[in-house]
Amino acid sequence: MSREFTPSVLTANDLLDGDVIYLAPSGLWVRDLAQAYLFTDASNAAEALDMAEGQQDRLVGAYLAPAQPGPDGPAPGHFREAFRAQGPSNYAHGKQAEA
Amino acid sequence: MYRYTEFDHDFLKTRNAQFRAQVDRRLSGALTEDEFKPLRLMNGLYLQLHAYMLRVAIPYGTLSAAQIRKFADVADRWDKGYGHFTTRQNIQFNWPRLRDVPDMLDALATVGLHAIQTSGNCVRNVTADHFAGAAADEIADPRPVAELLRQWSTDHPEFQFLPRKFKIAISGSPRDRAATRAHDIGLRMVLRDGKPGFEVSVGGGLGRTPIIGQVLTPFLPEADLLPYIEAILSAYNSYGRRDNKYKARIKIMVQELGVDEVRTRVERRFNTLRAEWQGADRAILRALQADFAPPEFRTASTKGHDAAYGADPLFRAWADTNLHAHRAPGYAIVTVSLKAHGATPGDATSAQMRALADLAETYGHGELRISHEQNVILPHVHKSDLPALHARLRAEGLATANIGLISDIIACPGMDYCALATARSIPVAQEIAQHFKARELDIGAMKIKISGCINACGHHHLGHIGILGLDRAGVENYQITLGGDATESAALGQRTGPGFAHDQIIPALDRLVNAYLALRSGPSESFIDTLRRLGHDPFKAALYEREADVRAA
Repeated sequence: MSREFTPSVLTANDLLDGDVIYLAPSGLWVRDLAQAYLFTDASNAAEALDMAEGQQDRLVGAYLAPAQPGPDGPAPGHFREAFRAQGPSNYAHGKQAEA
Repeated sequence: MYRYTEFDHDFLKTRNAQFRAQVDRRLSGALTEDEFKPLRLMNGLYLQLHAYMLRVAIPYGTLSAAQIRKFADVADRWDKGYGHFTTRQNIQFNWPRLRDVPDMLDALATVGLHAIQTSGNCVRNVTADHFAGAAADEIADPRPVAELLRQWSTDHPEFQFLPRKFKIAISGSPRDRAATRAHDIGLRMVLRDGKPGFEVSVGGGLGRTPIIGQVLTPFLPEADLLPYIEAILSAYNSYGRRDNKYKARIKIMVQELGVDEVRTRVERRFNTLRAEWQGADRAILRALQADFAPPEFRTASTKGHDAAYGADPLFRAWADTNLHAHRAPGYAIVTVSLKAHGATPGDATSAQMRALADLAETYGHGELRISHEQNVILPHVHKSDLPALHARLRAEGLATANIGLISDIIACPGMDYCALATARSIPVAQEIAQHFKARELDIGAMKIKISGCINACGHHHLGHIGILGLDRAGVENYQITLGGDATESAALGQRTGPGFAHDQIIPALDRLVNAYLALRSGPSESFIDTLRRLGHDPFKAALYEREADVRAA
């Protein structure tokens, strides 16, 4: 029996501006973690990651990031992902400025 | 200062045109990320947590007014209106877009600045004493040698693919303000029979394996410098490990072979190389020495300064902390703090950078320095100008009087920006500076250095108090080290014990500082001196006191 799969979102950085992006249920890449698709199945997640690695013309460094279901959509499963989803804590720059 | 020749300008132009074409090919899909990544890193372009980051070298920390103005322009036009000065005398722009980077590099090239070799396994930006050419205690300005090393190492075909990155630091003074012993090669100028040469240390470094560099030769005649440095690089290129990234720095080679064997191999190579140089380096160095000739210092009364010092408590407080002794009579070295309490260490807005350019031109012979401690220096200011300079700095929010105090903290970008970080550094620095602000003059000399991962960009091993941010089971956790020293008495801090949660750092430091204030022999005994006199035990006891109480309860 393999290890239990940690629910995850598929994330990367946008090629043009480096911003954090997430794969949405629509198959499009979005900038808001809450709109991301939450994978709960290991094989689906692996397949999506494989697909993302073929999209080098628009993204860099795709990986599966731990997340958990929240009232408004997926929420970060680790503090690193919380910073990626929001922006730095010293200035209101990045995603928090766009919200 | 060194001024770019036509050769330098042409070289940069060609290099930037190459990178522009590489970016175009990446955007068109002709290059994969795997192919593009080493190319962008060779040009200082990283991909961080939220965006790309462009790291631009400030060779040996020296800037002209025109150069820092160009940083301001780049920050406004292509970034978010600020730049971050780093512990390696670089500036980092945190928000560039890939398409804009070639334009940024072209703009920087107009004032002789580049991002070449600010990443990759090559000789990185050569760092120097930020008081070079100005300090009263200096033997000679080390920057001509630093510039020689920059020219020699830039695009050097033999040393573009070293086992790992390579950092050289140089000081022209017996006082080490460049942390030379924490570098792959540390050069400290010394005199023998009245002639300058260098004590060469090798194999220092921080990161996951912190080591204080060992002396390879106590006196290298200045004339032998470049062939000797080439011999070290050559030996490292041949014998440095390439099988394991974490054992690839020269410090590991020195540990594994022993410094005596390294010396033997370096000298064997040196004996071959020395004859091949035939003096070209000497001729270039002589020309560089003319480029770095000191400005024409003036003679003027310092009465205005003396009166302000006696009558204006704000000026006096600033003068007491932010000035250092200059070699020329009537002059002072001014350190402009980029550590306003609660601000991000090392950050300067474009408005501040322009103000500093204006002030350098008005009062400082047009020259600025960036220190590895993330502050800005106006190296040559006549004392008669200090009251006016101070007033202008106050108006720009740049008159924080805290150099060398507990709030003058080195901090890496940490997890607020860095893709490698395991915890945040900046908020910890902000909180410490604000918390101790009211007491910092009483606490006195104190070096706190914070890194957000074991790579130690924040030099935590060298802090009197070092703080290392780690990820412990998904929570930020901070280890404390005590007793580090970046100066000529270089030492690595020792870990005190278990780390502290983010919200426990300030209480822990409070206990530590209170213990120091209670234990010191008097206000003139600094924290580090008290620690050396008493050892670590009373400080550790204070640090873990409350936790022990909690456990016992």
